[in-house]
Amino acid sequence: MLNYFPEEVLEHVFDFVTSHRDRNAVSLVCKSWYSVERFSREKVFIGNCYAVNPERVIARFPRVRSLTLKGKPHFADFNLVPPDWGGYVYPWIEAMAKHGINLEELRLKRMVVSDESLELLAKSFPNFKSLVLVSCEGFTTDGLAAIASNCRFLRELDLQENEVDDRKGQWLSCFPDSCTSLISLNFACLKGEVNAAALERLVARCPNLRSLRLNHAVPLDTLQKILTQAPQLNDLGTGSFVHDPDSETCGKLKNAMKKCKSIRSLSGFLDVNARCLPAVYPICTNLTSLNLSYAPGIYSNDLIKLICHCKKLERLWVCFFIKLIHYTYFFSGVPLSNQGLNWIMQILDTIGDKGLGAVASTCKELQELRVFPSDLYGVGNAGVTEEGLVAISAGCPKLNSILYFCQQMTNAALITVAKNCPNFIRFRLCTLNPTIPDAVTNLPLDEGFGAIVQSCKGLKRLSVSGLLTDQVFLYIGMYAEQLEMLSIAFAGDSDKGMLYVLNGCKKLKKLEIRDSPFGNVALLADVGKYETMRSLWMSSCEVTFGACKTLAEKMPRLNVEIINEGEEIEASPDDRHRVEKMYLYRTLVGPRRDAPDFVWTL
Amino acid sequence: MDLNLKATELRLGLPGSDEPADQLQSSSSHVKNNKRSCSEIDGSCQKQESGAPAQKAQVVGWPPVRSYRKNVMEQQKKPDSDGSGFVKVSMDGAPYLRKIDLKLYKNYFDLLKALENMFKCTIGVYSEREGYNGSEYAPTYEDKDGDWMLVGDVPWDMFITSCKRLRIMKGSEAKGLGCL
Repeated sequence: MLNYFPEEVLEHVFDFVTSHRDRNAVSLVCKSWYSVERFSREKVFIGNCYAVNPERVIARFPRVRSLTLKGKPHFADFNLVPPDWGGYVYPWIEAMAKHGINLEELRLKRMVVSDESLELLAKSFPNFKSLVLVSCEGFTTDGLAAIASNCRFLRELDLQENEVDDRKGQWLSCFPDSCTSLISLNFACLKGEVNAAALERLVARCPNLRSLRLNHAVPLDTLQKILTQAPQLNDLGTGSFVHDPDSETCGKLKNAMKKCKSIRSLSGFLDVNARCLPAVYPICTNLTSLNLSYAPGIYSNDLIKLICHCKKLERLWVCFFIKLIHYTYFFSGVPLSNQGLNWIMQILDTIGDKGLGAVASTCKELQELRVFPSDLYGVGNAGVTEEGLVAISAGCPKLNSILYFCQQMTNAALITVAKNCPNFIRFRLCTLNPTIPDAVTNLPLDEGFGAIVQSCKGLKRLSVSGLLTDQVFLYIGMYAEQLEMLSIAFAGDSDKGMLYVLNGCKKLKKLEIRDSPFGNVALLADVGKYETMRSLWMSSCEVTFGACKTLAEKMPRLNVEIINEGEEIEASPDDRHRVEKMYLYRTLVGPRRDAPDFVWTL
Repeated sequence: MDLNLKATELRLGLPGSDEPADQLQSSSSHVKNNKRSCSEIDGSCQKQESGAPAQKAQVVGWPPVRSYRKNVMEQQKKPDSDGSGFVKVSMDGAPYLRKIDLKLYKNYFDLLKALENMFKCTIGVYSEREGYNGSEYAPTYEDKDGDWMLVGDVPWDMFITSCKRLRIMKGSEAKGLGCL
């Protein structure tokens, strides 16, 4: 047996261990492995920025070069977390600057990023290469200007779905002429204009540019010029795609597209004239990823025509727009009966389902599909039904990830889907009416979801919706052995439901529940469980202050936060008082010091 | 004999109203209220345990769509993404174009009056069957698909979100459109 194994060898072996989970496992083997691992770890992933603090991270991983941080809980995406809750990146950047960390990459999700943070970032790390911000907020284009001006070796600036205050300055023009290292630039979420000439020059001088996503303010003729300069792109997000389809510009665009033989991923179309779409047909044959979910002007027929060219598609994000979305229907001034309305809805629904039918027959390599609602606020909202989903499952056997917003669902459909696609890793179903029963039998959708968890043995993420009783949670607890994240809304009958999940899902990391009748018994049954999880969110459930306090007392290594909005700012609320929003998470560093007044850590 | 053909006509529009003016009132509450979810609409046409097709209470954060995406979709409903409703207006025979802000008008009547004033012409009265037949000029517009449509066919608030530009055509040319 080897008693001595040189550290250099260990380090070399660990170089091949890249996933943070594997690295975490490696570090638990023995003290010596822990020590070698911590000095050699360059990429650190922190799933909850409040589980630990910057100083501890830096102390353990002094050679960190890449940091990934996630801030707010997932339900913050849906306005369930008030602004100013927290998730500030500044302390992290400040600490790393102070300790002379050689930071090269920063990836943030749902965090608050101020211009000050960006400026500090830009000035403190001379080798900084990559900034990825997803669903963040708090910064303006001034902060981006600081990054552009100061990061001499910047390779990646990727802004995904952030709320950015556009100061209408010239941030893009701040990239100096000496900046030639860009590989990826994504500013699709910005609202203001960029200087077209500066953009064209930037693209022309960055020969390694592979990924470029423009915002809607970039006109089609600029796109055409850019593509002529950068035929090596493999990921393109168009800006505005509106032009006279018979114009010379559109002709030039089509020619430029033909030369872009490497484009595998296409998105954008934030503003589109469907008659210009044929310009992209030349690249469709090789596309593996297509995101049309922000395209308002592509009605189903044009969408179907486009998709029919995309035989190699592995990832597709769509929404199906029906033209008559601003109407509801009436017969000479009197609203149609439910039956009549249903009839018309069915006709419209089939358009969405037909679209999916086209996907099912064309895209045999499809792995990930996201179907977003076609219209959130319009009247006469038509979209897709269970038929579309069944068609996809039958036609796309490689499907492993789905997000599906639909009008209605049936158990039979879900059972069929489960049989056709046993490979789901992520399954998220969202019925637009959150408590809608099986559209045919009027029963709860328990059996359908039960079939999914039973068949998909590798399922890691699940979101359920529709009418659901405790039974579905019994199935989830029994069968979803690999489940890591579960989202529940308007479901269940009693504490038993939540208990089935907590007792059954051994690998559960994140549980988020809203508007469901789970209370204290479920919350307190197994308090130790929460230390094995990243976090638990419960809002509009039946848990009380008293129970939350009890939990906090028993588990000092959990932060149990109560979010109080509006009326209930009492000094000491009654223990029997229901808690509107509770977010608890494991942590090594106790209550956070940046919590606002309306957040109480018990 | 009064056949009352109108009663048997299947028409599209908002419930309880015939007039564009009425439609504006009920539709503005649809568009402005961000908290409204489509479960409110679904309630009227989906079968539910509760049975009644009544309006449901608004549900915050449902359907669970990221606020970023919701904001983008809301923005896309407006004619111009910078929030203004300015569109170009051309008139056959006029030497230069004008620009008007569609948001300043509440209905077709106001819009047509304004156009008549601006271009010193008569546009006349819209009828579904005849278009603007008989009048000197007919107002047309280019919609988001790039098609040229007759002004007046669709409800006002659908018109303002889909109108990209206006063209006032000479009556004789417009006859073709009026017969659709």
